[in-house]
Amino acid sequence: MIPIMRAYAGRLLPQLIALTAIVIAISMVFPGFLNLQIQNGRLYGSMIDILNRGAPVVLLAIGMTVVIATKGIDLSVGAVMAICGAVAASLITSGHSLAETLLATLAVGIICGLWNGVLVAVLDIQPIIATLVLMVAGRGIAQLITEGTILTFNDPGLIFIGSGSFAGLPMPIVIWLVFSLIVALLVRRTALGMLVEAIGINRQASTLSGVLTPVLLVAAYVLSGLCAATAGIIAAADIRGADANNAGLWLELDAILAVVVGGTSLLGGRFSIAASVLGAVIIQAINTGILLSGFPPEFNLIIKAAIIIFILVLQSPRFRTGVSFLSIPKAAGKPTEREAK
Amino acid sequence: MQTSSDNILSAIRIEKGFPGTKALDKVDFHLRRGEVHALLGENGAGKSTLIKCLTGAYRRDGGSMLLDGTEADPRDTFDAQRLGIGTVYQEVNLLPNLTVAENLFLGRQPRRFGMVDTRTMNRRARELLAEYELDIDVTRDLASYSVAIQQVVAIARAVDLSGKVLILDEPTASLDAHEVEMLFRIVRRLKGRGLGIIFITHFLEQVYAISDRITVLRNGQLVGTRNAADLDRRELIAMMIGRELATEIHSAHSDAVAGEPRYRFRNFGRRGKIDPFDLDVRAGEVVGMAGLLGSGRTETAEILFGAHRADSGTAEIEGRTVDLSSPRAAIRQRFGFCPEDRKTAGIVGDLSVRENIVLALQARRGWTRPIPRAEQNRLADHYIRALDIRTPDREKPIRLLSGGNQQKAILARWLATEPELLILDEPTRGIDVGAHAEIIRLIESLREKGMSLIVISSEIEELVAYSTRVVVLRDRAHVAELDGAQLTAHRIVEAIAATNGREAS
Repeated sequence: MIPIMRAYAGRLLPQLIALTAIVIAISMVFPGFLNLQIQNGRLYGSMIDILNRGAPVVLLAIGMTVVIATKGIDLSVGAVMAICGAVAASLITSGHSLAETLLATLAVGIICGLWNGVLVAVLDIQPIIATLVLMVAGRGIAQLITEGTILTFNDPGLIFIGSGSFAGLPMPIVIWLVFSLIVALLVRRTALGMLVEAIGINRQASTLSGVLTPVLLVAAYVLSGLCAATAGIIAAADIRGADANNAGLWLELDAILAVVVGGTSLLGGRFSIAASVLGAVIIQAINTGILLSGFPPEFNLIIKAAIIIFILVLQSPRFRTGVSFLSIPKAAGKPTEREAK
Repeated sequence: MQTSSDNILSAIRIEKGFPGTKALDKVDFHLRRGEVHALLGENGAGKSTLIKCLTGAYRRDGGSMLLDGTEADPRDTFDAQRLGIGTVYQEVNLLPNLTVAENLFLGRQPRRFGMVDTRTMNRRARELLAEYELDIDVTRDLASYSVAIQQVVAIARAVDLSGKVLILDEPTASLDAHEVEMLFRIVRRLKGRGLGIIFITHFLEQVYAISDRITVLRNGQLVGTRNAADLDRRELIAMMIGRELATEIHSAHSDAVAGEPRYRFRNFGRRGKIDPFDLDVRAGEVVGMAGLLGSGRTETAEILFGAHRADSGTAEIEGRTVDLSSPRAAIRQRFGFCPEDRKTAGIVGDLSVRENIVLALQARRGWTRPIPRAEQNRLADHYIRALDIRTPDREKPIRLLSGGNQQKAILARWLATEPELLILDEPTRGIDVGAHAEIIRLIESLREKGMSLIVISSEIEELVAYSTRVVVLRDRAHVAELDGAQLTAHRIVEAIAATNGREAS
């Protein structure tokens, strides 16, 4: 067990270092940052706020990680969030029960995933193009569902998902914690993780080895659709309404970024759910940190870009070989001395 | 010791180290004007490292290099090209989507009024290729020509740019016998023009067919340089692997196996891939497949394994008709298939040796029943030991292994599924002599255990050595089947060459 823990720690180290550095930096500018309080049995504080605000991107990043591991990409997740938010809002306002609404909304997410998966796995369309279709069309579909308005609702059950709390934690945090745990166990306790990685690295060799490539590819996109549906419900519940124009807007890019910051290669293959979750939290911490530190808002995006470039440089193989190159003279010095004798 | 004037290129006491290893240890290499000099060694012996030091792709750590009598120190491959050292690699690294002429003159197109003068460029391209007896349409895309022609274009470009030393790094790996002969004619002509040519290959027959001298490296050290005429094959192999190989090509001819065939394919085929064929395979039998590249050998293997679906005929195993419509279906019937192209269809590069070995077994069990980690470790360790896969440990990504060890790991992947019919497409291509002999031994021991094997190989003597029968293919059809006393290299070559009039030696 201990070697496995150590392997995990090694894999997650760059992300943990980056997150710690960002948290320290923010708390220096904004002293109250680390404070946590309990009010009415619920935790409050900037750190909790980051985890709560980050919920949609964390959820999207979980699905995106698996899709990227298969050497694909899912650009449609932001639009799927909008569709699912609209579906949830329109069902609950038309008098359906909370259970019906949630199940139907998740089913819509699964259908969106199936659509993408079939385009990629069966029709063999490049993932970036295949999912672009739904990215563009999806927002239109969402607007058709809401009929162009912001569809508000007052159902306490649905609102609870966005702003309620469970065991002292806001519901969105509980949901993404449970979700990421389930997916991480699912891929690592079964053979799914290895088979997905094999497909991402070499699809032809995997098929020839008997791996059911099309089914697994479709499953990856379905998982991504399911994650997007959950994120969509949270986003809608949070504002108590479905905004087809803005729900999940550009979040697909944050999700991809979270996966990349988490160290999963866009070329597919090795992936880590935990690292992507950390990546999403890092991105949210940067967002919140910039707001808290009182920089003029026009600097926000630039600062964010700079921090992300820094994290990516830390991960770049060239940079790593460069760093190990600097430490070589010591290591390489010894054999030559021995030879001299 | 020759005087420097005979030598167009002299590399003296070249050293190169990588963290943890000494890739080249004071290696001397002398190339004369107008000679073909074969550079041999097992994978990892330091051949590529030496070539990369000579062409500036790596900076050497020590030693000196004289080109045409003057000190040379190429900073990079462009610099080496400018100094006169041109290299042609196994994978042609030209641009397939440009025309032949554009490829020849890329970066130095003749210009007129600042614009590329296409007409002059095409004329000069034709003139250049005429020197190589190549009369092709230079305005067509490079990709529309065979690998052999692309290879010649690459040589023409390299010689035209550089013109003193030509390095051919496994140029014949994907050529058939006829194309190799064409390439060799060109090499001999260039040799006549006084170029020094360094030739790297794994095919020993080709070494003897073309080389004047042979230099052997082993573990980063120079073993020796000899005249090809004075060095017999056995001695050469001993130099390369450092021990006498027990049997380079074993001669104990296996008798035809009696009994009912276990596998019976009737009228099996797919339009555009391979004409319908009949094939029987018995238990404990190795059926060889011989034929030129493109004769339908690989297509036969792919159709048997379900990589392409057959559109005619039936397959029976011990009398029952079976479905072979996909690799999964074939694996369910206990088939295994090692494809010809290891890199693109065999290995899963970033996964570990362990994961590559358990992949097919895991795929058959389904994702819900993961093989426990302890069992994976046991399987991987077992095959690493049994097949002598050289890897520091089972968690090493397989792409870091040498070709021969990758091949053994893919064999292990199938052996782990306990197959009853194993289809091997060129199992010994592009791997070093030591691993080569081990794979042949493995084929024989599997046959003795009662497994059925179908083996495709371009090395006819090798086929004769381990096959109980050999099917000969030509023009996408099975044209002959040889067994017993008929099974000789000579007969196979005759059958390949028959009627279509092409020389196949």
